[in-house]
Amino acid sequence: MRVYLDNAATTPLDPRVLKKMLPYFTEKFGNPASIHALGQEAFIALEEAREKVANILKAPKDSLVFTSGATESNNFIIRGLALANKNEKRKRIIISAIEHPCVREAARRLMVAGYTIDYVPANKEGIVTAKALENLIGDDVLLVSVMMVNNEIGTIQDIKKLATIAHRFGAYFHSDAVQAVPYLNIDIKALKVDFLSLSAHKFYGPKGVGLAYINPDIKMQALIVGGGQENNLRSGTHNLPGIIGLSEALYLAYRERDEYLKRISKLQKYFWEKLKQEIPEVLINGSWEKRVPANLNVRFRYIEGEAILMDLSQKGICVSTGSACSASDLRASYVLKEIGLDKNYLNSNIRFSFGRFTTKAELDYTIKALKQTVKRLRAFSPIN
Amino acid sequence: MSLNYTKKTLEHFLRPKNIGKIVHPDGYAQIGNMVCGDQLDFFLKVKEGKIIDVKFLSFGCASNIATASILTEKVKGMTIEQAKKYAWQEVVDDLGGLPKQKLHCSVMAVQGLKKAISDYEEKQQVLPKVKKTKKKEEKTKKKISVKKSSLKKTKKK
Repeated sequence: MRVYLDNAATTPLDPRVLKKMLPYFTEKFGNPASIHALGQEAFIALEEAREKVANILKAPKDSLVFTSGATESNNFIIRGLALANKNEKRKRIIISAIEHPCVREAARRLMVAGYTIDYVPANKEGIVTAKALENLIGDDVLLVSVMMVNNEIGTIQDIKKLATIAHRFGAYFHSDAVQAVPYLNIDIKALKVDFLSLSAHKFYGPKGVGLAYINPDIKMQALIVGGGQENNLRSGTHNLPGIIGLSEALYLAYRERDEYLKRISKLQKYFWEKLKQEIPEVLINGSWEKRVPANLNVRFRYIEGEAILMDLSQKGICVSTGSACSASDLRASYVLKEIGLDKNYLNSNIRFSFGRFTTKAELDYTIKALKQTVKRLRAFSPIN
Repeated sequence: MSLNYTKKTLEHFLRPKNIGKIVHPDGYAQIGNMVCGDQLDFFLKVKEGKIIDVKFLSFGCASNIATASILTEKVKGMTIEQAKKYAWQEVVDDLGGLPKQKLHCSVMAVQGLKKAISDYEEKQQVLPKVKKTKKKEEKTKKKISVKKSSLKKTKKK
């Protein structure tokens, strides 16, 4: 049996999305920048896709910039804002301590441009509290960036509250919402964010396409310059099949949301209960209540995460770990460190991320396999 | 990220040899720790200068387990002097190569074994030899950085 429980890493393309994309590779291959009939056909399709996304996110059409993915969106938003405002007096950027590496790196590299980067901590539950942000913010802050849902532990942040605090001090607010679709309602107006990032392949769309919402009133500098596409904010010929795919995937995700959430919440609960029942000494990382139903991050005491992952992989099951051994830099997860996990447990975690195509039979198979895996590895662990 | 283990490595990970402990070992050593994410415990039984039994316990990744497994398999039956000469490069060769970021596992396994041998020798009160072994360990450490690039065994399969 093949079981894919790594939907937070990427999701398969929904066949319905693929069907919508296909004509734009072949017969409707025109460049939206061309003014002949073929180009204009592509242009109309591009703008329809943009409108579709704008309606879902309740954002003005001209505020949406299509990119190559969330890494580009996050880089563009953080660097583009900072570089456009480098002559202003606000010289501090606050990001949460559990942001994705692309936010961390984009921010960190602004230090050479004279910015100070501060990290707002997350508590033991994996939550960035209003108080934590209030302790750190001041009127010298240009931007606050806090992700909507954490990619490792799935915890949900109160973005509206945090954005309101940022605005009170005249700072802009960005949220990386990559892991939030469709678990949270992304209503740009209601959330009060100035910037937001999405990536299509996290919600059954294609890889290589993403979105940046940019409050059109804010001064920005493009990172990729050239032909002036996307309102001069992101040059380069549009990835039209990708953009069509993103808009359709987002549309489907929210159209089918209620039913999906019901199903996946049940599966998540079932899996966690069963796991606790069948395997001793397994603990959850991060809040159980304030977590998206797609995520379960746990630690199996006495054994190492990469070994668990590899053993499961041999049984056809795909999961993820934040252990040092699995990382190219051989460092354990900074997210788990941030939420105060004992350093002896940093290398024993596994992330299960469920998705649209996860079934109960797959979870039963996984529990059975895990039981064997954990038992086998614990049998020769030197820790007890 | 490339993390393609060879068939041999996976075999040793899935069915490791010589796991467990020896109750009254002639030599014992622990290397690494949980914080780094890999720890190995080695147990030796020595008779007339020969390793007649060797066992290990592991808190570590697949390659940590596989390197310890193949190492113990190889040195079982060797004389102490032979076992001391067993180098981490040989472990890598025996496994048919290791991914680059996993080479340190083989180094650690070899160091752990040598530490267990030192413990055995200390117990035999052959103190001068202990110092020698320690020096060798350091030498191996230095070699790693040089030899890493020459090791092109991270073949895909």
